[in-house]
Amino acid sequence: MNLRVGTDDVRSRLRHPMKFARGLGSAKQGADHWWVQRITAAALIALGLWFLVTVLSLLHADYASAKAAVAKPWNALLLILFVVTAFWHAVLGLQVVIEDYVHIRWKEVALLVAIKFLAVLGALAGVLAVLRIALGV
Amino acid sequence: MANAQRPLSPHLQVYRWQIQMVTSILHRATGIALAVGTLLVVWGILALASGEAAFAQFKTCIGSPLGLILLLGWSWSLSYHLCNGIRHLVQDVGAGYAIPQFVRSSWLSVIGSVVLTVVIWACVLIHGGAA
Repeated sequence: MNLRVGTDDVRSRLRHPMKFARGLGSAKQGADHWWVQRITAAALIALGLWFLVTVLSLLHADYASAKAAVAKPWNALLLILFVVTAFWHAVLGLQVVIEDYVHIRWKEVALLVAIKFLAVLGALAGVLAVLRIALGV
Repeated sequence: MANAQRPLSPHLQVYRWQIQMVTSILHRATGIALAVGTLLVVWGILALASGEAAFAQFKTCIGSPLGLILLLGWSWSLSYHLCNGIRHLVQDVGAGYAIPQFVRSSWLSVIGSVVLTVVIWACVLIHGGAA
């Protein structure tokens, strides 16, 4: 999607800049951030409630039965979905907080990169651990 | 850039506290807390995958007094972010923007989160204590 307006692009002289801005806006991402934040939020209503109930049902489980519960196909799948969606939603939310409150540019960028690294690390670690439990590797 | 000496707009302390402000601030604060809490979830799953000793250590940590205080905080954060998140999704479709409705839904979020937290810990107590 290359919608940038080049200065020597003949279209930019013949068409109003609004034509290129409309839909994607000045950040070139349109409503993507907003929309994905809402989709992950909606998913997390169901996944979060499932997670709560599952954890409460495992309160007194010993190691073997806790492991067996996570290894069940549906539980493994939902746990992976929960962890990935939670980290995704967390990054989108933390990003806005950082953009709002960190006004020194290099610190802002460093934090934005750091939370993305940390989220990918956390999500992958969670997924691999669930897979290891579920597949019995 | 904030380095420049520019006049600041009136900040939080000049406003009279009202529930709509509280719910907005709490949504951010609990969101940040939950982001950290998600790391705890990963720790738990990793411990479960690593073996019995690691999982026992994890259970000891979250069962300690400090661990329980953190769990209480996280369970309320989750309850609040869930209730208020649903409220925001409803507002996103354009509903509930009249001031009385806005105030009422704010209180609903706060009260709902406390009720949900109490239900969670009642479950824990009925099952005979944590972890």
